[in-house]
Amino acid sequence: MTEQSGCGAPAGGVTITKDKAGKEAIVEGHVLRDGAPVGTGYARLLGTGDEFVAEVPLGEDGGFRFFAAPGDWTLRVLAPGGVRAECAVSADIGQITKVEVAV
Amino acid sequence: MSRSDVLVDADWVEAHIGAPGTVIVEVDEDTSAYDKGHIPSAIKIDWKKDLQDPVRRDFVDKTGFEALLSDRGISNDDTVVLYGGNNNWFAAYAYWYFKLYGHQNVLLLDGGRKRWELDSRELTTDVPSRPKTSYTATEQDSSLRALRDEVIGAIGKRNLVDVRSPDEFAGRLLAPAHLPQEQAQRGGHIPTAKNVPWSKAANEDGTFKSDDELTTLYRQDAGVDFGKDTIAYCRIGERSAHTWFVLHEILGLANVKNYDGSWTEYGSLVGVPIELGEGK
Repeated sequence: MTEQSGCGAPAGGVTITKDKAGKEAIVEGHVLRDGAPVGTGYARLLGTGDEFVAEVPLGEDGGFRFFAAPGDWTLRVLAPGGVRAECAVSADIGQITKVEVAV
Repeated sequence: MSRSDVLVDADWVEAHIGAPGTVIVEVDEDTSAYDKGHIPSAIKIDWKKDLQDPVRRDFVDKTGFEALLSDRGISNDDTVVLYGGNNNWFAAYAYWYFKLYGHQNVLLLDGGRKRWELDSRELTTDVPSRPKTSYTATEQDSSLRALRDEVIGAIGKRNLVDVRSPDEFAGRLLAPAHLPQEQAQRGGHIPTAKNVPWSKAANEDGTFKSDDELTTLYRQDAGVDFGKDTIAYCRIGERSAHTWFVLHEILGLANVKNYDGSWTEYGSLVGVPIELGEGK
């Protein structure tokens, strides 16, 4: 089961009420600077050739969550001060892929 | 309309904080964003609670819109500057909505909340108090809004621009990838629609691309015929409001409508044609 209120991107992404992916391919994680959460910034999920897929603002705990299609993606983080970081992630149905991004 | 008539940058907004006759409005689905910090002097409008009828799937009526703006202290003569998260999706939706009800002086902050945050500009939790007004709206401008029968009649005749992601367009996803995959009964797109994801019109910081880039994107790359009328749609009408803003307000195309019923309505209709895959 999931919670949903529309088509926006709530901070950190939409919450899931159980720690299960069900039929979703979930990519989630946190953005950290020196081990502390980065609470202002954006996580972007990009496809082949940097094709935009989705974006969420980071939660206060630096968290983000995407409900992706199965496959390989690039996760890019933007934060104040011109901070950019990215990493490769894979998503699969029924799996929660956890990612930690250091900036 | 042109870019300079409808868009302002963050410096302009900073210079107009608290200026008489200017009302800065944040529009987010996630109203906690405003509560955690907003542009000084900005008020908030919740696109769902404030702008949607609480029972039927439709907008608040003219009387409801008048009551909302009167309550928030917005006058007919005020310049309303809209901004929000999600690369201004909901701010663009509110912009379209304000135009629908005849408000003349509306501007969008280029880049919205994201650019403001990435610039590390000031945010406050102070909530301003504005005296109530007596706002008068016009009847809805039907030249800006498409309803389902008009959309079905436009297949193969007008430009249909589907601004969702390629995976949603092809029918592989039913919602954007940051949301659970539920909603419409069927996936796919309206036959003859061109897929131009809203995101292609925006830079990474949420600002709009240049006029030349936008023209190339829609006309040359996607094959949108600028000589024809156009209907834009997405899933619930807010991403397509972003594209409506690009085509109608920035590029100045005539006869561009937003279909706010969008895929959550069309993809659940009985008997209408649906196309799957990458488009033709």
